[in-house]
Amino acid sequence: MQTADAVESPEQSAFRAHCRGWLAEHVPPRPRFRLPQSPIEIETAEQLDYLRTWQRAAYGAGLVGCDYPSAFGGGGLSGCQRVANEEMAAVGAPFLPNIVGLGMAGPAILVHGTEAQKKALLPGLLAGDEIWCQGFSEPEAGSDLANVQTFARRDGERWVVNGHKVWTSLARFASHMILLCRTDRESRYGGLSYFAVPIAGGGAEGITVRPLVKMTGEGGFNEVLFDDFVVDDGCRLDAVGRGWAVAMTTLVHERGAGALVTPKAGAEMGAPTTEASLGEALVGLLHTSRRGGRPAADDPVLRDRVVSLVMRERALALSRRRAGVAALVDHPQRLPLQFKLLQSEIVQAIAQLACEIEGQGSVLHHADPHAPAGGRWPMAYLNSFGFTIAAGSSEIQRNILGERVLGLAKTR
Amino acid sequence: MSDEMGFGFGEDAQIVKRTARRFFAEQCPPDRLHRRVAVEGGWDEAAWRQAVELGWLAAGVPDAAGGFGMGVAACVGLMEEVGRAAFPGPLGPTLWSTALLTAGDAGGAWLRWIADGHTMSPAVVDRDGALDGPATVWARVDESGAVRLDGTAGWVQDAGKVEAFVVRAAGPAGEGLYVVEADAPGLERVGDTIWDLTRDQARLELRGVEVTPDAIVAAPGRAAAAVRAAEPTMLVLLAADMVGAAEWQLQTTAEYARTRTQFGRPIGFFQAVKHPLVDVMVLVDEARSLLYDAAAAIDRGAADVEVVARMAKAAAGEAATYASSRSVQLHGGIGFTWECFVHVWFKRQAHSAVLFGDAARQRARIAEALVGPIGGVAA
Repeated sequence: MQTADAVESPEQSAFRAHCRGWLAEHVPPRPRFRLPQSPIEIETAEQLDYLRTWQRAAYGAGLVGCDYPSAFGGGGLSGCQRVANEEMAAVGAPFLPNIVGLGMAGPAILVHGTEAQKKALLPGLLAGDEIWCQGFSEPEAGSDLANVQTFARRDGERWVVNGHKVWTSLARFASHMILLCRTDRESRYGGLSYFAVPIAGGGAEGITVRPLVKMTGEGGFNEVLFDDFVVDDGCRLDAVGRGWAVAMTTLVHERGAGALVTPKAGAEMGAPTTEASLGEALVGLLHTSRRGGRPAADDPVLRDRVVSLVMRERALALSRRRAGVAALVDHPQRLPLQFKLLQSEIVQAIAQLACEIEGQGSVLHHADPHAPAGGRWPMAYLNSFGFTIAAGSSEIQRNILGERVLGLAKTR
Repeated sequence: MSDEMGFGFGEDAQIVKRTARRFFAEQCPPDRLHRRVAVEGGWDEAAWRQAVELGWLAAGVPDAAGGFGMGVAACVGLMEEVGRAAFPGPLGPTLWSTALLTAGDAGGAWLRWIADGHTMSPAVVDRDGALDGPATVWARVDESGAVRLDGTAGWVQDAGKVEAFVVRAAGPAGEGLYVVEADAPGLERVGDTIWDLTRDQARLELRGVEVTPDAIVAAPGRAAAAVRAAEPTMLVLLAADMVGAAEWQLQTTAEYARTRTQFGRPIGFFQAVKHPLVDVMVLVDEARSLLYDAAAAIDRGAADVEVVARMAKAAAGEAATYASSRSVQLHGGIGFTWECFVHVWFKRQAHSAVLFGDAARQRARIAEALVGPIGGVAA
């Protein structure tokens, strides 16, 4: 099913043609080694090199950061990143590895940084020369992010940081980290400050990076310990005590509801296939799987459930488009604040149903040569919980929607 | 078609929707609607006549037949407001009839008649209330050469309010569509007693009802194709009513959760109340996006209109059912009373949800298109 192309400005149309022309010749061939399912599962240097080379090339061609001001290494266009993303998705380009930089640190720096910070940090971030990671969550500050306890003590023009961050994807490869610290124990929200700091892949003095293994068996996840880690005051974004505001700018972009469109190539978050839609993959699975000696495609219950999810996936794609039409939305944040929740829950439901359709075959690990579909569905199902938990769990998303859109009393 | 980014929802459509919203807010606020339909028992014919004055009956009639020729996208905006207000009156049935007459091959005169401010309701569903046929009325030619209809047509909406019906009837040369005026000799409207207080419904008993040649709006053998061509529009207009009603249910229940206090807090503070309300919103928005997409697809003559229209009806059905159940449940004890307004929308939604096939039925048909027929053999 086709959705009609949006009406475009001449600038967007010309840019789309440029993207198509460049991509036709410059998408790299798949590597001989296995690529991870998303940037946050990057485990080896060769994976990172391959993906970073691709990001650098795409940046060089103007496909990454095109909506950022040219003074800070961007393309100086407007409304074009969405176009570039669509074109990169259409050709099945590899993903951009600097996901934390592009999706979170970039908007935070652009909105809250000084002129000097933007000049110093954004070009390398957009090019992928500098990989970023995120130091937000802590053992006692997950959904309750404002409970951050990692403390930055002021010492003249420096800050001395002590504490413990967790779930830090890419920390071993990152040159920089966005770091949310407590600078005042007396004020819950007003006692937070936000830094953009060099960490040298966890090799900086005063930092220890320890890998964590996910339930999927994959790495890529870390905890980071700070022991008198010294941060220059020039790394601070926005004023002391304004960290919560910077963190909110970061999170709203992480959830895809921010003003800046995140440069993104390849499939949607967590999508384990290269099919145009996961629903199509489910339909395909109905035809290749059997149930009770008959094709699974003949099972009325499975047919009904597949169609339900095909509809939900399509509705989400349409809602992303509808969100841009002022006349068809009642509240500007009503749809954008649903995207992260729905994207993660729909992928999870689709992966779960795919396993059910595969039946006994779904018990096979992707390392087993007999695993159906290369074992991607059970892996996708396990992995999907990362997305329904990260960046504000689904429960937190429902709180936010209830409070900001429906005006319900705040749950603390 | 001019504005696909806006799902074909242009400036004129926005004006119609805004006008309708204002009109219903003044003429059919919930307290007045409740008094009319749930206390006095009846409907507000004066408000309906004012709605007719606004010309909405002509909304779907092509310009060439004297109507406004509004696209389906614009009619959807109008029907959303009708559903939000749960406005009683045969606007929906007349727009459905308009789609049938437009899809038939000889309905021009009757389209002009509708554009002049007259009302009509389809009598085209099969025994199960779906649009699949077969017809339950028979057409024969009598000894004088006149065409006469006999039989029973069930589940006819707002039958007590309309001036004419478009009846699907089978004959030796196949099924045709025939317009029968409400006062035609031999026609009896036998009203059903229904839960929905905002509509009425009847079965038509036809005993030798004569139809003149100009009332044959789809020739024998052409009815099935006409119904198939009109069905996406009928489904989408009904889905629009449901989406509008579900949005009313969402906003009304959210308002209650903001103001009703228990345990010293507004009940919306509690996640057991907050999260289901968010889930209602999500379902309403999914249905709305599928709805606008389907309307735009019909207006541009897309190939997959049947599938996307069924998606709109199915999603609207899920949204309507959940919004209804939560609207009563989250209002607590007061929500279970006759004096609370929510049951009026609850019952309208329950009625709409099954009309022309419920969500599961629509999904089964979608599966035939997307997955293929059961048994792998094309029908």
